[in-house]
Amino acid sequence: MDAQIKPVQQSNKDAPKARPYFQNLNWNWLGVVPFFLFAILFIFIPATSLFVGSFQNIEGEFTFRNIQMLFTESYIVNSFKLTILVSLVTAVGGALFGFLLAYAVTIGGLPRWVRNFLSTFSGVASNFAGVPLAFAFIATLGRVGLVTVLLKDLGIDLYGNSGFSLYSFWGLSLTYMYFQFPLMVLTIIPALDGLKKEWREACENLGASKWQYWRHVAFPILLPSLLATTILLFGNSFGAYATAYALTGGTLNLVPIIIGAQIRGDVLNDPNLGYALALGMIFVMGIALAIYYILQKRASRWLR
Amino acid sequence: MKKTRFWSWFWMFLGGLYFFVPLYATLRFSLMMKKDVLSFMAYEKVIHDPKFLEAFSFSAQMAILTILVSLVLVVPTAYWVHLRLPKLKPIMEFITMLPFVIPAIVLVFGLIRSYSKPPLLLVSSPALLVAAYVVLALPYMYRSVDVGLRAIDVRALTEAAQSLGASWPRILFQVIFPNLRSALLGGTFLTFAIVIGELTIANSLAWKALGPYMTTLAGMKAYEPAALAVMSFALTWGSIAVLQFVGKGRGGAAPENMAGMH
Repeated sequence: MDAQIKPVQQSNKDAPKARPYFQNLNWNWLGVVPFFLFAILFIFIPATSLFVGSFQNIEGEFTFRNIQMLFTESYIVNSFKLTILVSLVTAVGGALFGFLLAYAVTIGGLPRWVRNFLSTFSGVASNFAGVPLAFAFIATLGRVGLVTVLLKDLGIDLYGNSGFSLYSFWGLSLTYMYFQFPLMVLTIIPALDGLKKEWREACENLGASKWQYWRHVAFPILLPSLLATTILLFGNSFGAYATAYALTGGTLNLVPIIIGAQIRGDVLNDPNLGYALALGMIFVMGIALAIYYILQKRASRWLR
Repeated sequence: MKKTRFWSWFWMFLGGLYFFVPLYATLRFSLMMKKDVLSFMAYEKVIHDPKFLEAFSFSAQMAILTILVSLVLVVPTAYWVHLRLPKLKPIMEFITMLPFVIPAIVLVFGLIRSYSKPPLLLVSSPALLVAAYVVLALPYMYRSVDVGLRAIDVRALTEAAQSLGASWPRILFQVIFPNLRSALLGGTFLTFAIVIGELTIANSLAWKALGPYMTTLAGMKAYEPAALAVMSFALTWGSIAVLQFVGKGRGGAAPENMAGMH
């Protein structure tokens, strides 16, 4: 054995001496330079510039005032609260509804074509946003929308005393749901498929009820996927600008809307406060995505 | 069993209602421009509006440029990382995930701050718009190319081509790209769907693209925006339907989604 290994070791040792040093350097990284250059120029530099700007005052001196104002200025605190609330409501609502639909087509025993149809449609609808989506809901639930008029004929006046408006919190949430729950359907169907028949059979053999199977086996397995997707949905609506802008024209006090207004004209009367606002968004999104990533790793353990 | 089926159908029915009623409402509204008859008048008005044509062709050009730049930037890099620098894979994944962490409105804010003063005065150049779109499309483009590369044996193909004496361009264009065809098409269609109606960045950089045009029209007209919305569904859905059709070729991979575009 020893005799066999020795010559190999020797040749390994000798190799570097045989060639000039620079040839042994790894030049492969040159191939990825353009990509990294692009990433630095158009992702890192803008992000860093916002970061730096949030810690400066107008004269360019260092200050914590902007960050402090994120937590003290009631206008800004409220806008963060509202954005987070819209995101939470649509994430949880979208997750619930999406789960029910995904359940219906996987375990619920609906025919195969319904499932294919739902997947295709979800793929399309989750991409459906911005101006067209806003129009669709204005045509449906706006003041002269199809459903509004229909309900009026039935004696229900949506815009009368019920206090509903498409251009308010619930209207926006209802609109966001259109791209939220399809995303849940798409991501949770594979997780539901991952529930193995054997697990259910094993439970039945051991005398477990259906409820016990869900409570102690299926639900704990699905939980990381469910939470991960809910967080994904949260991030999805937290950063949403186009739909909210097209629907409400910027009247709703959401953080992305304020940033948009700040870009077009200094509405905050303090550019650096705007940068702090943007930094706050990156911060919330970063935390959400980090949690998502961790949960996704946990969830993938069962999907092998 | 019967009972569970009932609830399954019930939820599907509700989902279908929620899916289709807004679409139906938009379609009906777009056809009501002439009093008391259904007509395509709103569509004709939109198509004959020179501003629409201008906005549409501008967005289409931006989409094509974005697709070209993304392909040139992502495909060789992803290939090279797979072949020679597998250790960089997690870093590549991290970078291509960043556009999810940085919402479009924040990205454009940072771009304006960084490039509105010399030495790099880019705000008024379409190059910055294309660059921002490439960033937006990065997660989708990278993911679809990555999935495509995982499905083939990059090393074996490259070495086989090399041992037969092929040059690098020949390896890329005649060996690797044909094997990635469905992945590249997927990335291309997704990018097109992202860019064509994009509002956030185009609006912030003050370009007269299709998204801002639609928003302005919405403030002034009633029926034309609905017609435009229907046309834009058809366009986006067409490209995604093609994408799913193409995607079937790679073993029924889950359709990608465009989270973050909203």
